[in-house]
Amino acid sequence: MTFLTDLSAAILTGIFLGGLYVLIALGLSIVFGVMRLINVAHGDLVILGTYFAFFAMTGELFGHAFAPFGLDPILSLVIIIPLLFGIGFVIQKYLMRRAFEISMEAPLLIALGISLVIQNSVQLLWTPYSRGLTAPYALQNLSIGTVHAPLVYLLDFIAATIMVFLLREFMSRTYLGRAITAASQNKRSAKLMGINIDRVYAFAFAIAMITAAVAGVFLGLTFPFTPTSGVSFLIIAFGTVIIGGLGSMLGTFIGGMILGLAQTLGGYFAGTTAQMLILYVIVLVVLAVRPQGIFGR
Amino acid sequence: MAQKVLLKVSNIDVFQGTFQALWDISLEVRSGEMLALIGANTAGKSTLLDTISGLLHPTKGKIEFGGKDITNLEPHEVVELGITQIPEGRGIFPEMTVIDNIIIGSYSRRARYKKDENLKRVYQHFPILEKRKKQTAKTLSGGEQQMLVIARGLMADPKLMLLDEISLGLAPIVINELFQALKEIRETGITILFVEQNVRRTLQEADRAYILETGRVTLSGTAAQLREEEEVKKAYFGI
Repeated sequence: MTFLTDLSAAILTGIFLGGLYVLIALGLSIVFGVMRLINVAHGDLVILGTYFAFFAMTGELFGHAFAPFGLDPILSLVIIIPLLFGIGFVIQKYLMRRAFEISMEAPLLIALGISLVIQNSVQLLWTPYSRGLTAPYALQNLSIGTVHAPLVYLLDFIAATIMVFLLREFMSRTYLGRAITAASQNKRSAKLMGINIDRVYAFAFAIAMITAAVAGVFLGLTFPFTPTSGVSFLIIAFGTVIIGGLGSMLGTFIGGMILGLAQTLGGYFAGTTAQMLILYVIVLVVLAVRPQGIFGR
Repeated sequence: MAQKVLLKVSNIDVFQGTFQALWDISLEVRSGEMLALIGANTAGKSTLLDTISGLLHPTKGKIEFGGKDITNLEPHEVVELGITQIPEGRGIFPEMTVIDNIIIGSYSRRARYKKDENLKRVYQHFPILEKRKKQTAKTLSGGEQQMLVIARGLMADPKLMLLDEISLGLAPIVINELFQALKEIRETGITILFVEQNVRRTLQEADRAYILETGRVTLSGTAAQLREEEEVKKAYFGI
């Protein structure tokens, strides 16, 4: 009986955890889908959001708590989302746009630069020690019958579902969303339709930052983090997008679920040390067998 | 018969990288006419259309539309003023539905107000598109895709429509349908500038034409005049 219960717990946990991975991967998927840019700074931008939430909660800077605001991380999204939106808009408009004009590789290098700047700034401001967003509900467990799972994992899943839903509605129902979709499918035709590509790219990047903000907060609630955590999560996000297929939001959702399950089921059958290995192996297999991903084009 | 000059291109040079594609090109498009640009593949026809649309900019010379200088405008600004291009190779948004493709055509501020009115008109010109409106664009036949991009261009509420080789790869029956639709569109008051390689067909449909050879205008005149021109006969009709 415990076998089934534990297995059910592993499956449930895997699906919910997949939600977090979807959240992190969404921004990467959008930027690649629209601008064909692999934003290697994405993980760090997510972590930046996490640390903003950390600051909103503890008011800590340089190792001292100056004014413990005690703001709940999810509530602090009200501030963090506009903040990261603005940062994203500026990055795209003033850094990336010029980089695109220079060469294909320039944006990648700029992203690398942004990554380094963020990692080092964060380390300076909030020390290299491992942190957590310790909101009270972040430590609770959820019980469905005899199956237990951490409550945050469920919150991750709910947040992911909401974000994917909102994004799909935005992309298919607003003129700007349709313009972004069109620009990602045929840039030249989009220009000929009167679409201002610079503006569209800036908004796409900024939207990716909104998802990064949400991802950052939920990441901090789910796992402990350090200034360099962005890199490990970037790899998982990358895997998610690859499995789902670049450019497909539904694909990213499914990809996240698969990786979440890969991790928990891998851990269940082969022990916790094998968790991440199983995850990476699955990404490798997909790359070898079907490189465009499940829904890729 | 004095017609108003809608678009005036004056002595433009256009480079593609370091290669000079257009040399001292001048032409006029008159309001309400059907003007053709004829020439072989490398003549520079698409370059000229792209320059008018703002995708490329001349290093010398001027382009005026309705009296306004549009030489250095960005593509989206040119669309806003009333020039749309139906690009070579169609340029559909392949993963979007037919209706979504059509609607994105009315993206510019001016066109948004007239979206419903233009949609009705578009369906009158191309009833098949209404029938297929929920289909994904890439599943349409070549001729239907061509109709789709013309429809999309119409949604931008243009005063001048530029069409780049719409007959490429299509059967004669379909080409006839397309030119019939263009006649109808022209009757609604839209000026048409179209680029083609097929000279005989073009001179049947156009009022006037310019002939381009390796980046220069070599001949121009009414269709009737050009049909009689010795050089045209020799070069294109093999007479």
